[in-house]
Amino acid sequence: MYRYIISRVLLVFPTLIGAAALVFLLMRLIPGDICLVRLGSGGTSFSAQALAACHAEIGIDRPWIVQFLEFLWGLARFDFGTSMWSGKPVVVEIATRFPVSLEVAILATVIAVALAIPLGTISALRQNSWIDLVVRTFSIAGLATPSFWLGIVSILIVLDVTQVISGHPWMPPIDYVPLWKDPLRNLSIVILPAATIGYRYAAVSMRMTRSAMLEVLREDYIRTARAKGLLRRVIINRHALKNAMLPVVTVIGIEFAFLIGGLVVTEQVFNLNGIGRLMVLSVQNQDYTLTQALVMLVVTIAVLSNLVVDLLYAWLDPRIALA
Amino acid sequence: MTVADPTSTTLTAIPDDHGMVRRGAIPAVLRFVRRQPVGTLGIALVLFFGLAGIFADFLAPYNPTANDFAAMTEAPSWAHWLGTDQLGRDLLSRILFGARTAFIVGLTSALVGGFSGLVLGVASAYFGGRIDLWLQRVLDIVISFPLIIMALAVVSIFGTGVHNVIAAITIPLIPRCSRVVRSSALAIRAVPYVDAARALGYGHMRIILCHMVPNVIAPFLVIITASVGQAILAEASLSYLGLGVQEPVPAWGLMLQGGAEEYATTAPWIAIFPGLAIMLTVFGINLFGDALRDVLDPKLRDR
Amino acid sequence: MPMLLRLCVAGVAACLFAGSALAAQEEPKRGGTLTYMIPADAPPSLDGHREGTFATLHATAPFYSVLIRINPQNPSSTTDFVCDLCTEMPKPTDDGKIYTFKLNPAVMFHDGTKLTSADVKSSWDHIIHPPEGILSPRESWYMMVDKVEAPDPETVVFRLKFATNAFLPALADPFAYIYKAETLAKDPHWYEKNVLGSGPFKFADYETGQSISGVRNPNYYHPGLPYLDGFKAVFADKQATRVDAVRSDRAAIEFRGLPPAARDELKRVLGDRITVQESDWNCGSLVTPNAKRKPFDDVRVRRALTLAIDRWHGVPALSKVADVHTVGGIVFPASPLAATKEELEQLAGFWPDIEKSRAEARRLLKEAGAENLSFELLNRNVDQPYKYVGTWLVDEWSKIGLHVTQRMVPTGPWLEAMRRGEFDVVSQANCRSVPNPLLDVQPYLPASVFTANYGQFEDPEEVALYNRMLRETDVAKERALMREFEKRVIDTEAHELWIVWWYRIVPYRSYVKGWTISPSHFINQDLATIWLDK
Repeated sequence: MYRYIISRVLLVFPTLIGAAALVFLLMRLIPGDICLVRLGSGGTSFSAQALAACHAEIGIDRPWIVQFLEFLWGLARFDFGTSMWSGKPVVVEIATRFPVSLEVAILATVIAVALAIPLGTISALRQNSWIDLVVRTFSIAGLATPSFWLGIVSILIVLDVTQVISGHPWMPPIDYVPLWKDPLRNLSIVILPAATIGYRYAAVSMRMTRSAMLEVLREDYIRTARAKGLLRRVIINRHALKNAMLPVVTVIGIEFAFLIGGLVVTEQVFNLNGIGRLMVLSVQNQDYTLTQALVMLVVTIAVLSNLVVDLLYAWLDPRIALA
Repeated sequence: MTVADPTSTTLTAIPDDHGMVRRGAIPAVLRFVRRQPVGTLGIALVLFFGLAGIFADFLAPYNPTANDFAAMTEAPSWAHWLGTDQLGRDLLSRILFGARTAFIVGLTSALVGGFSGLVLGVASAYFGGRIDLWLQRVLDIVISFPLIIMALAVVSIFGTGVHNVIAAITIPLIPRCSRVVRSSALAIRAVPYVDAARALGYGHMRIILCHMVPNVIAPFLVIITASVGQAILAEASLSYLGLGVQEPVPAWGLMLQGGAEEYATTAPWIAIFPGLAIMLTVFGINLFGDALRDVLDPKLRDR
Repeated sequence: MPMLLRLCVAGVAACLFAGSALAAQEEPKRGGTLTYMIPADAPPSLDGHREGTFATLHATAPFYSVLIRINPQNPSSTTDFVCDLCTEMPKPTDDGKIYTFKLNPAVMFHDGTKLTSADVKSSWDHIIHPPEGILSPRESWYMMVDKVEAPDPETVVFRLKFATNAFLPALADPFAYIYKAETLAKDPHWYEKNVLGSGPFKFADYETGQSISGVRNPNYYHPGLPYLDGFKAVFADKQATRVDAVRSDRAAIEFRGLPPAARDELKRVLGDRITVQESDWNCGSLVTPNAKRKPFDDVRVRRALTLAIDRWHGVPALSKVADVHTVGGIVFPASPLAATKEELEQLAGFWPDIEKSRAEARRLLKEAGAENLSFELLNRNVDQPYKYVGTWLVDEWSKIGLHVTQRMVPTGPWLEAMRRGEFDVVSQANCRSVPNPLLDVQPYLPASVFTANYGQFEDPEEVALYNRMLRETDVAKERALMREFEKRVIDTEAHELWIVWWYRIVPYRSYVKGWTISPSHFINQDLATIWLDK
């Protein structure tokens, strides 16, 4: 068992190094560079010397291998350097944007769980009833709607509805304030984005809950419990739901990592100053250091949640570790 | 059976003999329609848009890329059933041709991604050991890598043709498909007859093709179907970020970008119809996928 | 033709609105905070000397003073320059080669120190002769300046190498903030991350990537100004967000400009709670063929490309959906140097009879053996107006039998492809600040003179013509030379295909008063005269 855990943890490193190599290479294969974007997008004339000076200033004129080793050495020391675009430490750039993204992600998870578990359970208990049909349609529709589209439409609906009701169109504030400073304002900013992400997330988890519940309800011990005449509520709460939770939690855990990807589009729609938008921006600006750091952050989150899921499974089913 | 007791409903709904049908084709279809009314609706939706795409040249009333400045942002009418966009292009024609783009993007990505995943997944499970270990690490990298970086790189390096967008969408599909196939294949690998076949001197190719592939084909088909829908949605998201198919190619995702958002309140049809087209198609594909799973894999039925 | 009349011909709407703004002179109210949107992501730095993006300017102009500027009361003029820090616009001496400015002695930086000629001199030196390792994107505008001197604390002297009409408009550049000499000497990069000026507002707060805010400078040297207590500027790259924000009154205005659809939407839902100001924009779309690639090395093919475009009929239609408006030559339509309609109609691509023009285009293509040519139009993946103009052009070219595909790429790859000459034909824009035709047409000079020209051509005659024009101080002669230059660039040689001038449309909350639109979103952004009627 310990051998398995150690080897599984060690396997994280080749993945991280591989991802580092991939992002490093991809960013440099994109034509153009940050100096060109910065000097040239205003349309003014700039000399070759100015371009070279800019390259030298941020160090992208050095051989790739030197830059790559420096990047890896920085990663090893948790030193991500400074953003090539703003000249500020990457850690600062990310830290100022992280709270809003995290908040949206957590709230989306809460919404997803709050919808998925009760609806998925009811759907399974009343399989093939009209409730089941409605819930399944609702969840398949969630998988079929582009989330940015849902975001755009929801803002417009809020604007139109408030205009009709009060004559003054209303929309959430456009500048983020932290939860502890002004909870109400904060929530009114993050609730719509969280709901649009949460819907898709709920759709996935709802399907998982339903099928896991169905599986469990068919197990012998549930039948036995029923035969013993236990109350329906007790059966559902104490036995069925509890056992169905593992796969559901797994899906929620894995999806949480993918959620960061979903933030990229949603933060654009809602103009949230989070890490998803920062990623789009840093890629557009061809800011190598910032993009590399962000990708490593996202990859690390994904890899770690995978690791946790794997270890959890090994702990529950020791045969996996022996294989 | 009493409706008041949901557990008994559940118990009686346990499947018995929903195996594959072996009789004639027409009865089989009828049987599918009867057993899977929802799945049939899905197939109908997919066929509707699929045929629209195939026969777009005959169905479309206008040239989908021709600007008409005399008819900009016109509301739906007899001349333009679904209205026109901000450059006076007929929306119905663009949606019909857009269906073609959507299915080309969806099917190609799903098939290429799916088959690559199948090969990698089966090979990984069959050979096991170091090959499996390292292959899985490579796929780990791809699966955890943000799609937008991959897409931007592909689009910036190769341009924004349809085939490049397909490439950007396909790459992340490979590891997902491969994981599903691998886990099914691992279960088969553990069954003694694979080792028995090896002992009898059968080649790797033969064992893989005759014994392993047929056994993973059910989950493979299910995931490939789901991938078609995911690919169509991914194209829309990439278009929204300006990294998808480019003007003037008629594509649904592209039609939702830029102008559509700008005209969302003054000319909502520009945004509503392509959005509906995406939703209905992906919805249909998902319904079909669920039904397909039920039919192919009786064990998974009712999930 | 009188100046004002010419302006009105060029931009009727602008005059109507400017007129009504003047008519309704109200007593400004004091107080309040203006919230406005900056239609971009946060700029890389706050240093106006270093950056070229309006995002920096819209965020920091309220903190700084400049030496001279376009008259804030009359910003649509292209010739009305007034003092900001100086006391009187100077008459040049030594045949137009020496300009002596007297400074307002009452000006203080926000830290309480006095602003002197040393600060002005070192700020301008920072722009004109940047020290090693300092980037100054507008350095080339000041090739006529020999040196800047500060003979006494209240006098600044600009000595020119040669007299030129390009100097004063260049000196009125809104990016030319006056920094503190002491700070610049200590750390020339200091202003990239910090703010210290003498403008109408003092720096309050910068939320990285999200917003910047300022508070009233009580010691501002223009008496009675500013009216506002403070401002907050919010960065939002997505247009829908900005329009929604104005609609829901989360923000009052966005100064850069919105496309027609946004104006119509806001007007429709909010009626007279929205006011609109419009003006021709000193920005335009152009297309550059790659003269190193066959068949675009052949002037006949380049001319055919421009002859095929029906500007007179296409642009009015395009203007309903894209922020473009006026058909014109290479000079800003409201400038005294611009071509009249009659002069314009003599140029290729502006002929009144489009059928004749297209027939000529086909003839030229046939002669050059380039019939049914297929090529790729490289474009930048920006909606307004690149994508609209590009999509329109592809359709126009199809009418003379050309098969054109569009290749849209993000800004970085777009610039790189141009720089390397890896394109057939590229769609570009030329967006300038203070209208200054002599400098504004610089980008059409070959790369040996203007490095950011990507047409891959050489044309010594064009360069000689330009240099004569640059040194000509008599306006009538200057204008004649400009006509010659224009014909060479977009007709006889067709190095560039000039497409259309953009149109600046600013719809905003009607309670915002005291702001007048100008031909450039770079001009008049210090917010000193703005007040809120609430």
